Amino acid sequence: MSKSNLQKVLESGAFAVTGELGPPKSAEREVIEHHASYLNGKVDSVNITDNQTAIVRTSSIACGKIILDMGIEPNIQITCRDRNRIAIQSDVLGAAALGIKNILCLQGDHATFGNEPQAKNVNDLDSINLISTLKKMRDEQELLGGDKLEAPLNIYIGAVANPFADPFEYRVHRLAKKIEAGADFIQTQAIFDMERFERWMEQVRALGLHKKAHIMAGIIPLKSLGAARYMKNNVSGMLIPDHIIDRLKGAKDKKAEGVKIAVEMIEHIKTIEGVAGVHIMAVAWEEIVPEICERAGLLPRPTFD
Amino acid sequence: MIVGERKPLAEIIKAVEPYEKILILGCGECVTVCLAGGDREARETALALSIARQKAGKSVQVKSHTVERQCEYEYLESARELVEEADVVVSLACGVGVQTMNMYFEQKQTLPGLNTTFMGMPVKQGVWMENCLGCGDCVLEETLGICPIARCAKSMLNGPCGGSQDGKCEVSKDIDCAWHLIIERLMRFNKLDNIAEVKPPKDWSTSHHGGPRKTIREDVKL
Repeated sequence: MSKSNLQKVLESGAFAVTGELGPPKSAEREVIEHHASYLNGKVDSVNITDNQTAIVRTSSIACGKIILDMGIEPNIQITCRDRNRIAIQSDVLGAAALGIKNILCLQGDHATFGNEPQAKNVNDLDSINLISTLKKMRDEQELLGGDKLEAPLNIYIGAVANPFADPFEYRVHRLAKKIEAGADFIQTQAIFDMERFERWMEQVRALGLHKKAHIMAGIIPLKSLGAARYMKNNVSGMLIPDHIIDRLKGAKDKKAEGVKIAVEMIEHIKTIEGVAGVHIMAVAWEEIVPEICERAGLLPRPTFD
Repeated sequence: MIVGERKPLAEIIKAVEPYEKILILGCGECVTVCLAGGDREARETALALSIARQKAGKSVQVKSHTVERQCEYEYLESARELVEEADVVVSLACGVGVQTMNMYFEQKQTLPGLNTTFMGMPVKQGVWMENCLGCGDCVLEETLGICPIARCAKSMLNGPCGGSQDGKCEVSKDIDCAWHLIIERLMRFNKLDNIAEVKPPKDWSTSHHGGPRKTIREDVKL
């Protein structure tokens, strides 16, 4: 069965690049296509968020199919918040039937953050259970409950890691569990505290985890001082050190400084042993991704026959 | 214990509007201890209700009484006379008590006067914390006495999630991250190995998700 482009890039040893799209709060295909068009050819695969921060948006699988039709490879995010194991397994089969190959497993932000704060949080599986469920479906051709799938399932399994959450010492062990559960690749939370990320990577290397899964470092280009402050104060699991805030504050052109910070970070990350690529999350600022990729020396992207 | 909070008085006043003879029935167990539905609260509620009705110029006869335990038939008999002479009963017991009343005195309506909130404990004066969901398959041995099902906002089995910061849950800084506490406690007892293995998906069929539950003990059945 053919591998996903992301899998091919990561397995080739090339430094991989993924992008991210947040679906709109509407059923407008052209809006999705417009945002995706900036990423076309600039990244190896594009994450599609799954009702991120518990805000209702167009389904990640539907958007994945739309960008697939444009020739862009999607990486569908699936959270445990909104669906039980019946719905998740059904959606994974549906996504695969549509030609979607990359699936990223997340727990999901709690519903109280979103625009339906009265919703029931499902969390039938946790994110590690979700990873092992997908692995079982793929490697054993079996559903969680034991029923056999009638045909093999071709998916590439991703997971997330947050080196900036607590307790810090335990984070690497949680990563180890995700990899043991079946994660093929890992995308981290956006890095702003490089020192902490490097300490985390040291622990990752000490356990040899970078050899068991491909670890991609998360990057968010900062568009404004307000955006940086908002993330620092309101986005769960995000650490933005004061020196980054101060740098933006001191800059005349905030956007240009944000891009500069992102490019410098990518350049630095490329030198860290065990990091297999970067995941650039420029949601609602997709048009900046080509410039960042160009300036960070990430282009052209590798192609495979 | 079962923790609850008395419903707002306005809600109780509205619920009993059509009735003239009202019995406010407290419970001497959990809701007494959590200061929400014991004898004192039953008296206070009866008095407040009576004043509100009189102010509105409507006649009312409110009595209050408290039984030792509202969730068992055998304790309800002592209230029979008061229940029978009332038009309606407002129970300040938990939802279990309200239902027991409606089943035992099925000719009489018993309305809830309390919102049952959770199974938990007082952590300090005036503060109660939820710590059990009654999932039917206890894991407290592995997590050294801290429940990830009840105390993690996402009921994670292999936590903590990426939203845990400075020991607090992403939902609120007022909530401790259960997994942070679990990891600290496991480290203290040198038992981090307890959570080294990936824990498989939980069997929720032992919980309410398997349908309303019933315990049948053949050894004590008559």
